[in-house]
Amino acid sequence: METFIGQPVKRREDDRFLKGAGKYTDDIKLPGMTHSAFVRSPYAHARILSIDTSKAKTAEGVVAIYTAEDGCGAFGVPCGWQVDFKNGETMREPQHPLLAKDKIRHVGEAVAIVIAETQELARDAAELVQVSYEGLPAVTCPKKAMEPGAPKVHDEWEDNASFDWCIGNDRAAVEAALEKAHHVTEMTYKNHRVAPNAIEPRSYIADYDVNGDKWTLYTSTQNPHLIRLLLCAFALGIPEHKVRVVSYDVGGGFGSKIYHYTEEALLTWASKEIGRPVKWTSDRTEAFLTDAHGRDHIVHSKMGFDKDGKIVAHLTDEYCAMGAYLSTFAPAVPTYLHGTLFQGVYTTPLIHLNVVAPFTHTVAVDAYRGAGRPEATYLLERIMSKAAKEMAIDPAELRFKNFIPPFDGVKEPGYQTQVALQYDSGNYEAVLKRGLEMLGYEDFRMDQAEARKNGKLLGVGISTYIEGCGIAPSAVVGALGARAGLYEVGHVRVQPTGKVSVFTGAHSHGQGHETVFAQFVADKLGISMDDVDIVHGDTDQVAFGMGTYGSRSLSVGGSAIIKSIDKILEKGAKIAAHKLEAAEEDLEYAEGKWKVKGTDKSISFGDVSLTAYVPHDYPEGLEPGLDFSSFYDPTNFTYPFGTHIAVVEVCADTGKVTLQRFVACDDVGNVMNPMIVDGQIHGGVVQGVGQALLEEVVFDGEGQMATGSYMDYAMPRADDVPMIETDRTTTPCPHNPLGVKGAGEAGAIGSTPAVVNAVVDALSHLGVTDIQMPVTPQRVWKAMQSKK
Amino acid sequence: MQISMTINGKEYSHDVEPRISLAQYLRENLDLTGTHIGCDTSGCGACTVHVDGAAAKACTLLAVQVDGSEITTIEGMANGKEMHPIQEAFKENHGLQCGFCTPGMVMTAADILKNNPNASEEEIRHGLEGNFCRCTGYHNIVKSIQHAAEKMNA
Repeated sequence: METFIGQPVKRREDDRFLKGAGKYTDDIKLPGMTHSAFVRSPYAHARILSIDTSKAKTAEGVVAIYTAEDGCGAFGVPCGWQVDFKNGETMREPQHPLLAKDKIRHVGEAVAIVIAETQELARDAAELVQVSYEGLPAVTCPKKAMEPGAPKVHDEWEDNASFDWCIGNDRAAVEAALEKAHHVTEMTYKNHRVAPNAIEPRSYIADYDVNGDKWTLYTSTQNPHLIRLLLCAFALGIPEHKVRVVSYDVGGGFGSKIYHYTEEALLTWASKEIGRPVKWTSDRTEAFLTDAHGRDHIVHSKMGFDKDGKIVAHLTDEYCAMGAYLSTFAPAVPTYLHGTLFQGVYTTPLIHLNVVAPFTHTVAVDAYRGAGRPEATYLLERIMSKAAKEMAIDPAELRFKNFIPPFDGVKEPGYQTQVALQYDSGNYEAVLKRGLEMLGYEDFRMDQAEARKNGKLLGVGISTYIEGCGIAPSAVVGALGARAGLYEVGHVRVQPTGKVSVFTGAHSHGQGHETVFAQFVADKLGISMDDVDIVHGDTDQVAFGMGTYGSRSLSVGGSAIIKSIDKILEKGAKIAAHKLEAAEEDLEYAEGKWKVKGTDKSISFGDVSLTAYVPHDYPEGLEPGLDFSSFYDPTNFTYPFGTHIAVVEVCADTGKVTLQRFVACDDVGNVMNPMIVDGQIHGGVVQGVGQALLEEVVFDGEGQMATGSYMDYAMPRADDVPMIETDRTTTPCPHNPLGVKGAGEAGAIGSTPAVVNAVVDALSHLGVTDIQMPVTPQRVWKAMQSKK
Repeated sequence: MQISMTINGKEYSHDVEPRISLAQYLRENLDLTGTHIGCDTSGCGACTVHVDGAAAKACTLLAVQVDGSEITTIEGMANGKEMHPIQEAFKENHGLQCGFCTPGMVMTAADILKNNPNASEEEIRHGLEGNFCRCTGYHNIVKSIQHAAEKMNA
């Protein structure tokens, strides 16, 4: 019988996408639908003196115009995570209004919404809204935001800190160990701000239906139920059971479509006001100005080593921008998704991280592919390579010296870190060994030496990462400040004919759940994949769910489905035993049949399903039907890991970096579909390469974004990258039924430091020891010139 | 303004505002929503269609500019139920994830191979320069186009 787990099954969602028949939110048209446009602030920080909508209101096709003076002025969107100050003071949490009232706090903040018959008429009228501002000084750098006298983002507090937090060992002990260390490597740099840039811009349609007093919100989100919860319980105070949130096809998320945005709530409110559906689709510049960004940490770090190159202590201080308001997950990103990974894959005995998280006059920073873990990995892997150079130890060798020894989490216990977590299972030496082998590391070093003689600048960069995903055990994250549980729901409905509908709270925006989930469901039930349908993205169909982010779909969402399958097989066995006139314990389930062990008597899954719905000859006292829903709350995070190695050539004349090779050996636990895992790694790697070489959100001194379009913001294009060479080791996750760890973010976590390490390596013989990302030709050229 | 054009082999005639882009016209007037809009500066290529046989970005062409032209969109690539070899190759090689850039990628790929049926990896990458994909890292898109070329040349 054909099995599907571990097979590169082609995706069933592809046909509709390839034919242009996908159903993205902007593709939806509703009868009577209106369109909207926002009047947005051109200032980063300003007082609103007046708003005059009179001319706009009389413009052609205008249906309504609202400002904060209207009913929506009372509402705001919530933050989902509370991280308090280390001294016990509560996190400073400003209201995040749907429309700015008196003050502007970032460029692009919405002041008014204009609703009209067409998108063009809405935009025309928006231009007629006259807003008078008094511009004020702005601060966009998180470190400068904490300097005395810095412009304040929120007037109600004495400074810009949202919180000041720390994790790890006692600071004094870490400092003392650094004092005594044989060697200390120090780094100061910026993990700069990047824009997620899903190619589908955010798009929403809110449709209030007076019949039944119900709202439907079509939204390009990664987590429809979470949006419904935040929208109903926190933003608008409307009844949750009267709201349906639908998220059909979504054109990439990378974190930016997790959050509950002001536009979603405002459209939902406005739809009831005007009694018609309202649509808004972001344009690209609006996306740059209003989608939550990633990274933006200013870092100062010290790592101490003993004479043998073993790490003795690590101390880091960071300023991490929050933006003007706290986005849904924002406080968790530089703290619990970041500091908890400071152990890395090393046995560092003493670790301390302090994070100051200021408000800045910018759009929010929140989780972006990897969320906190790429920033932790960048720090650890850059400082390890820098230290290796300073101590004249090969960078691979320094890593081998410091690795946590292999442990499977079953025979050997999980690894308790200094920063709160317990790793599930890992074999860090194996991925580095394999990565070096894939590259041909020793040969490369010879080639490099030869090339240098000819004036050619070749470099290799290693990164050995770990990440925490499969987010997350509810009680743990609750203790860490999450205001939600992070379980998942899996509902399996066996139809009378034995066909299976699976309803998952996870959401696919490119990950291929419709295929991968069907693979393991079919295998576990011993039926054909054609008999399994995966339903997601509609709160009226799926009971509940927390959505897709943090590489959690399979490890948490998949496990919830497995729980329901177990219940189905348990109940099915009762029915089968009755029909076969055998004891339950004498049955075995294989290949879609319950068999009486040692006989040829059996009954098929389809026959049992039919019996469950036509219960004429049926076990006494057993309920009809074969339909189970389960919540799965993981007992731990999962910890994928791997080695990424980049080879670059730097042009000695122009400073241009060419990525020649990229080797990725990842361990994501068991693999359901290797084709899809490879695809996730390829995409993640190139996103990380983008941050290393090309991408940066730049603000000028007044808080204007200088990179607000694809003419100004450089992202990787096909000719910027080579083929990605991938391989895997497999260390199963010991605590979930599929043994999976998650693959969505790994590529973006491991790749960035590998590339920068390679560039620094290429220039190291010239005396270059560090270079700020993104490593543009100008920066490289300047670094080379400075050493002449 | 009154405009007429042939789209995927069918004649259409509409009265449109001169400022409407070809992408908006296809999406709004004809419900051909396979042509996606990811930006408005020709930067992302999600809106790529063929105008008189050559790839063009429909977000920065006005509908009135292509009056009288022959347009092919992603909806016109398959032959009934049978997918175009490039579409097949994208499926076969996992050349798509979220699917949003995919129509533009397929239309650009067709243009690359039309002009250079034996395009090398480097030529394919160069030809894809005007199309962003944020999911695949381009790896499997390039492979898809290489495989499509093999099939189409066979």
